[in-house]
This record gives sequence, structure tokens and C-alpha cells, in this order.
Amino acid sequence: MPVIDLANPSRFLSIVNRLLPWLMAATIVLFAIGLFGAMNAPDDYQQGATVKIMFLHVPAAWLGMFGWGLMSIAALGTLVWRHPLADVAGKAAAPIGAAFTFICLVTGSLWGRPTWGTYWVWDARLTSMLILLLLYLGVIALYWTAEEPGRGARAAAILSLVGAVNLPIIKFSVDWWNTLHQPASVFRIGGSKIDPALLTPLLVMALAFTLLFVTLHLASMRNEILRRRVRSIRLLQAQELAEAT
Amino acid sequence: MNLGPHADFIVAAYAVTIFVVAALVAWVVLDYLAQQRILGALEERGVTRRSHRKG
Repeated sequence: MPVIDLANPSRFLSIVNRLLPWLMAATIVLFAIGLFGAMNAPDDYQQGATVKIMFLHVPAAWLGMFGWGLMSIAALGTLVWRHPLADVAGKAAAPIGAAFTFICLVTGSLWGRPTWGTYWVWDARLTSMLILLLLYLGVIALYWTAEEPGRGARAAAILSLVGAVNLPIIKFSVDWWNTLHQPASVFRIGGSKIDPALLTPLLVMALAFTLLFVTLHLASMRNEILRRRVRSIRLLQAQELAEAT
Repeated sequence: MNLGPHADFIVAAYAVTIFVVAALVAWVVLDYLAQQRILGALEERGVTRRSHRKG
């Protein structure tokens, strides 16, 4: 099948309909394995059992950033190539990315209280992550409040590209500034600093969350395509009524 | 499994995550059912997209 076929929403829908049950099954299996590993992982020598929060917090943080990266690529598709599904992909990713960013902030806060002694500090990592959530809310507002969807999509695409500046700030905030948040410990030059007993369930959980994101994103894109069909039918109906009278 | 002296924080983190993910899944599923229902109702009334019309 040529890749260009994916530009056709009907073709895309038929692929998604076939793919979704498999993705759902794989997500459930991976979560079962990941949660089993997380629950049976040893306590950290410093943080004790609170390290179990890491299995939620870290994947949520990655996916919060992944969602915005996806929206930035979709924004290029909307503004440069005018791909028919790019805007659909951007709009569908925004609430999912926002939800994961929210999970990251709340679980981080709940992890911070027993380990740092505080729920929140205005350090660079935490603040840049909060800004990411606010940017997500801004994009969602642009998509859902625009009277003319095309105009809303262009404005959201521009905000997505501008907001992408925040991604390297989040990633390198712990290196550029003196923060309470720990530096990178999984993906770093010289290899991970996490013990394999904790790293393995973390990576399985990250994969499970990623599959959940992909599944929800494709399902949400399908919803958006159907919503646009409803809109175009209603517009056509109104136009025909106006012509008849 | 012993969650130690900070069990409340661990349980709260998992509870919040489960709640948010469940809400997200429910929203996507309900939205799909709603769009299907609206499209079905429109087709039942004979209103279809231009590309689906015969002749």
C-alpha cells in the first residue's frame, strides 16, 4: 500500500478500524506485565517504596513531551504540506498529551512531598512542565473555540510550533539550571544510572503507556474524522435548504 | 507488598493516574459512539455526503 493512501481519510479509517483491537490487546498485556514488575520491584535504597511512583511519573513525563513533539510535526503538515490528516492528528493529540502532562505533574508532586519535603517548588524542570500543560490548554482552547475550524487549526499549529521551544528547555533544564529535580538518569551519555531491577519494569511501563497513547490517539483521530463528516453533511444540508428556498 | 510509611502518596499517585486514564478512555469511547449515532441518524434521513450520492 502506498503511503499516500494514508492521506485519504476513508482509507485511514479502515486501517485504524483493523489496527485498534490489536493495539488495545497489546496495551492491556503490556500494562499487566509492567504493573506486575512495578509492584514486585525492590525498594530504592534512599527513597524506599515511593520509587513505585516513578513507574507512572517518568512515562507520563515522556509522553507529555512526545505529544507536543507529535503536534509540532502535525503543525508542519498543516502549515507547509496541508496534509488532510495533519490537523486531525494535531487536534486529537492535544487532550491526550495534556492528560499525560497532568499525570506527570500530580504524581511528581506526590513523589516530591516524601522525598524532597515539599509538593512544589518553582524550579526550572517543574515550571517548564507546568508551562507545557498551560500550552496544551491553550491549543485545546484554540481548536475547540474557533468558529471556523480551518482558522483554529492554523492558529493551533502556529502555537504548537512556537511551544516546541519549551521541549529542549524541559529536557535540559536540569543541566542548565540548579534544580531540585534530579538530572537525567535513564537516557544519558554513559548509560542508565538505574539498577536493572527497577529499569526493566520502568521500560515496560513506558512501552505500555506509549501504546496507550498511540491507541487513544488513533481512536481520537477516527472520532475527529467522523465529527468532520457530520459537520460537512450538515453544512451541505443547510446549503441545499438555502438554495431550495 | 509493603508500601512503607509513605503508602498514602503511592496509592494516591496510582489512583489519580487510573482516574485520568479511565476518564480519557471513556471520553474517546463515548465520543465515538456519539459521532456514530449522529451519522447513523443523518443517513437514516437520507442525508449523505456528496461523494456518497448516486447519479
